[in-house]
Amino acid sequence: MKALCEKYARKLATQGLCAPGTALVGGLDAELEWNRFDPRIDSLAPLFDLLPINSLVFAPPAEPYATIIEHLAAPAPGAAAHGATAHGNPMNSLRPEDTETRTFLHDIPICREFTPRAMAATLSRRKAVIVPGQGIVSCGTVSPEQGFVFFSSTVFACFVLFFSRYLAEARQGGPDARFRAAFEAVVAGLPAMRRDLPPLARTIPTSHDEALAAMAEAGRAVVGHGLVDSFFGNISCRLGETILISQTGSSLDELEGCIDACPMDGSSTAGLTASSELTAHEDVYRQSDARCILHGHPRFSVILSMDCDRADCADRGQCHVRCPQCRTVEGVPIVPGEVGTGPTGLCNTLPPALAGHGAAIVHGHGLFTASTIGFADAFATLLDTENRCREAYFRRLDELLSGRTPA
Amino acid sequence: MRTPLFGWTGKVLHIDLCSGETAVQHPARRLYETCLGGRGLAGHFLRPVCTLEIDDPDLPLLLFAGPLTGTIAPTSGRGTFMSRSPLTGAICDSSVGGRLATQLKRAGWDGLVITGRADSPIGIEIMDGEVRLIPTDLAGATTDVVFDHLALKGPTGMAMAAIGPAAENGSPLACVMADRHHAAGRGGLGLVWAAKNLKYIAVKGTGKVRVHDKAGLLRAREDILRLMAASPVLLGRHGFSCRGTGAIYDLMDARRMMPTDNFARTRFADAPRLNAPAFQAAYDPHGHGCTGCHIRCKKIAADGRAMPEFETMSHFTALIGNTDMELVMQANTLCNRLGLDTISAGATLACHREITGEDFTERTLIKALYDMAHGGHLGRGSLDFAESCGRAELSMSVKGMELAAYDPRGAYGMALGYALSTRGGCHLRAYPVSHEILRKPVATDRFSFGGKARIIKLAEDANAAVDSLGVCKFAFLAAGLEEYGRAFAAATGLEADGRSLMAAGERVYYNEKIMNAENGFEACDDDLPPRFFAEEGSSGGDVTVRPIDRAAFLEARAAYYRIRGLDEIGRPTHETSTRLGLEPPR
Repeated sequence: MKALCEKYARKLATQGLCAPGTALVGGLDAELEWNRFDPRIDSLAPLFDLLPINSLVFAPPAEPYATIIEHLAAPAPGAAAHGATAHGNPMNSLRPEDTETRTFLHDIPICREFTPRAMAATLSRRKAVIVPGQGIVSCGTVSPEQGFVFFSSTVFACFVLFFSRYLAEARQGGPDARFRAAFEAVVAGLPAMRRDLPPLARTIPTSHDEALAAMAEAGRAVVGHGLVDSFFGNISCRLGETILISQTGSSLDELEGCIDACPMDGSSTAGLTASSELTAHEDVYRQSDARCILHGHPRFSVILSMDCDRADCADRGQCHVRCPQCRTVEGVPIVPGEVGTGPTGLCNTLPPALAGHGAAIVHGHGLFTASTIGFADAFATLLDTENRCREAYFRRLDELLSGRTPA
Repeated sequence: MRTPLFGWTGKVLHIDLCSGETAVQHPARRLYETCLGGRGLAGHFLRPVCTLEIDDPDLPLLLFAGPLTGTIAPTSGRGTFMSRSPLTGAICDSSVGGRLATQLKRAGWDGLVITGRADSPIGIEIMDGEVRLIPTDLAGATTDVVFDHLALKGPTGMAMAAIGPAAENGSPLACVMADRHHAAGRGGLGLVWAAKNLKYIAVKGTGKVRVHDKAGLLRAREDILRLMAASPVLLGRHGFSCRGTGAIYDLMDARRMMPTDNFARTRFADAPRLNAPAFQAAYDPHGHGCTGCHIRCKKIAADGRAMPEFETMSHFTALIGNTDMELVMQANTLCNRLGLDTISAGATLACHREITGEDFTERTLIKALYDMAHGGHLGRGSLDFAESCGRAELSMSVKGMELAAYDPRGAYGMALGYALSTRGGCHLRAYPVSHEILRKPVATDRFSFGGKARIIKLAEDANAAVDSLGVCKFAFLAAGLEEYGRAFAAATGLEADGRSLMAAGERVYYNEKIMNAENGFEACDDDLPPRFFAEEGSSGGDVTVRPIDRAAFLEARAAYYRIRGLDEIGRPTHETSTRLGLEPPR
C-alpha cells in the first residue's frame, strides 16, 4: 500500500497538480501508511475512522490552480449568482459544467474547516472536497489511484470553470476587480504554449507489437504535453479488422498491458474492459479511412466548446446533449454528447463529425483527432487545435472586453 | 396513529402455513432505518431463529423488498430470499429479480415471513391486501409447468416464483425460479420451500410506492443513468446489455482464470468458440430484464429458452470439458425447469468427473441432472459426493457451497472473497472481479493480497447495503452508494449518504457473521480447497498463474478479521457487536 501511496504522490507532482513534496497520500489495510510524515496527518488520519475508505489524497494545488480554486471557493460579495445558498450563506459547492464533472463528480463541495468531522461530513457525500486555504482532499475505497483521479478531475474542472466564467462575465459587462486580478495572476502563471512535436510514429503500425508500442508512446506524449490529465482520454489504432484501444480507466502515460484488442466483426467480447468510447472509435473507423484516433481533454478546446452567445436559446442548460447548432471553433466541429453510449451518448454524434473532419470537439468534454497516416499526424492536429483554441480564447476575450463583437 | 413511511410500505406480512393464519406487522421506523430492507431486514427476522434445522416449521422463509424497490431508481427491481442454507448450514440469502419484489411492494408489503409447514402442497397468492393459501396439485411439476398454469389463471403482470422437483426430492442444490427465467440460485433455498410444502408464490399489486421527494429521486436517477451510460461493462458494445453476462467469458479466457476440469486448470482451449458472440449467433436472443432495469442483461433465445448466464456457460463447458453449445442450452433449461442451481450442479458434475474419470456425453449429462433432481446422490452437492468417495479435497467449495466461475489463483481478492463470504463459495459478496478484472472503480493488482483485506470488507458492506436497498449489484459497476444514497434519501425522506449506507451494510454483514458463529462457523470454514495452494493454473502468454501463497492468504485473512472486528479465529466479538448496535452472539 505504501508503494501505491508514494506512486500517486509522485504523480501529482509530476503532472504539475501540486508542488513536489507537498502531497500526502495515505492507505489503510490492516495498518495506516502514509507516503511521508506531515503534521497535517493529525487532521487527516481520523478520516479513516469516520469514513468507509481505504485511501486518501491531500495536497495544496500548485499554481495557477491554487489561485483559481481559492478564487472560486471564496465567498465573494454578490456571490449569489455563483452558488450562494438561498439563505445567503457562503456557497458550499461548485458546479462546473464540463462533462467529467457532470458525469463523475456531480459537483465539488467546499468545506471551510480543516477538521476531521467537517471534512468527513462532506466526503461522505462526494469524492473530493476543496478546503479553502488548505487544498483538495479526495478519497477511495479500493486504491489511492481513485483519490489521485478525483484530485485531478477537481483541478481540471475548476480550471475550466474559472476560464469559462471569466469569458461569460466578459460577455455580460465585465468581471469585477477581484476576478480580474485573479485572472491576471492565473494567466501569468500559465505554462507557455507547446509547439514542439514528439517523435511519434509517422506511419500506421503494421504489427500488433508495433501498434502497442506506438500507442504507448502517443499516450505518454499526450499526457506530457498537458493535453489530458493522465487518467482520462483514450487512444486507438486500427490494425486490419481489429481495433486496439486503451482500456477503461487506464492512464494514458502507462498504457503497457492496458490495451484491448477488439475484433470489428464482434466475434469476441474481450473488449469488455475497453474504453467507454470504443463504440464511437469503431464507428469512426467504419465511416472513414482513419487508422488511429487520439482523444484528450485539452483545456481551452473544452472551454471554447462551452462558450456560446445565444443567451436566449431554448436548450440553454442542456447544450451538452441538445445543442442543435452546427458550431465550430477554429474550423473544428463541436458536437453534443455524453460519455459512452445511450440515446444522448457521443457515440451517436462524434463519428460522423470526426470521420468527416479529422478532428471534433465534444461539448464540454474533449477533443478527438483521427489520422490516416499515423499518430504523429493525429498528435499534431490535437496540439495545433488546442493552441489555436487557446489563442482564440484570448482573442475573443480581448474583443469582448474592448467592446468589439467577437468574430 | 402511525406516521406514514416513504419508500417502505410499513407492513410485513407473517404467514403461518400450519394454521393458515396471517398477521400484519408494522415494524418500527427505527428498524427500517437500521436494516434498510431486503437482505438487511430479512437478516433481522432470521437472527432469533437462525440455528433451527431446515425442517423445523419455525425456521422462517423470508422474502423482502428494499426501500427503493418499485421506485424509479434504476435497477431497483430486486428482492431477497433468505433462510438457513440446507447446503451449508450457514445463513443464506439469494437476490431475486424479475417482477417479484416490485409486485410485492405494489401489493403493499415490504416483506413476507413464512413459517410453519402446510399439510399438503400449497401456493401463496397475494393480490394487494388479500392473501390466500391455495392447495395445489402441482406438486412434482417442473417450474415451467407451474408458470404456465399460473399465467393462465392470474392477472397480467402477476409475479410468480416456484420450486421444481429438485427441491421436492430433497436436493440442497435446489433453487427458486422467479418469473420463468430468473433464478434465486444459491444455497438450496428451494429446499426450505419444500420443507414447508410451499410450491409457489404469486403476487400482484396495484398500488404505488410513496416517494418523499420525486424531483430529488429523478435527479439521482439521472446521475445514475449517466454513469451507467459511461460504463462499457454495462452498456458498451460488448457489455452486459448487448451480450448478457456471458460477455465475461472471453475475459476469463484472456486472463487465464477460467475454471477448467474441476479447477485443475485455468484455461479451456475451446473457449474462443463457445463465447457470448457464438451463443448469440447460434440462438439469436433478445433482451429481457427485471422490472425497473434498462440494462436488461437477461437474454432469451429466439426459441424461448433462457440463455445461460456467464457462470452457467463456464461451468457447463470448461469445468466439465464440454464443447457442445446446444448441450449447455439444454442443461441450463433443464436446471431451470427442475429448479437446480446451475453453478452448484455444474461444479458437482465436474467433481464427479474428476473423481471417476468419466467424461459426460449428452445422454449421461442430461441423465445426471435428472438424477440430481430426483434423489440421486449427486443432488446432495459436490462435498457430500467427494466425502463419500474419500476425496473431500476435490469438492471445489467453501463451507460446502460450490465456487463460481472465477479461479481464485487468477484474482487474490476473489480468493479472500470466496473464503470469507457468509454464504459459502460466493463470488458476489465482495465481487472483487469488479476491480481485479473489470477495472472498476479502478484496477487493482489481481495477483497481490496488498490492501485486499480492507477492500473486501468495504465491498462486503457496500453490497450488503445494495442488497438491502433492493437494487442490482451490477449497477455498482458504474454508480456508487454516493449516488444511490441520494436516491434513498429522496425516496424515504431520511438523511442519508454513502457513509450512513455503508454503516448499515456493516451491521447487516456482521449480523450474518453472528448467525454463522451461532451455527458453529469459524476460521477453519473460511478457507479454500487445498488445490489452490498446491497446484499451478494454466500459465501462458504474458500471464503466470501460480499457486496461491498460503502464508500470504492466511496473513490477509487475519488482517480481514482485525478490520472486521472479529476475534483471531473469525468469530464475532461482544465489543464489535455492541458498537454496531447488535445483540452479541450467544
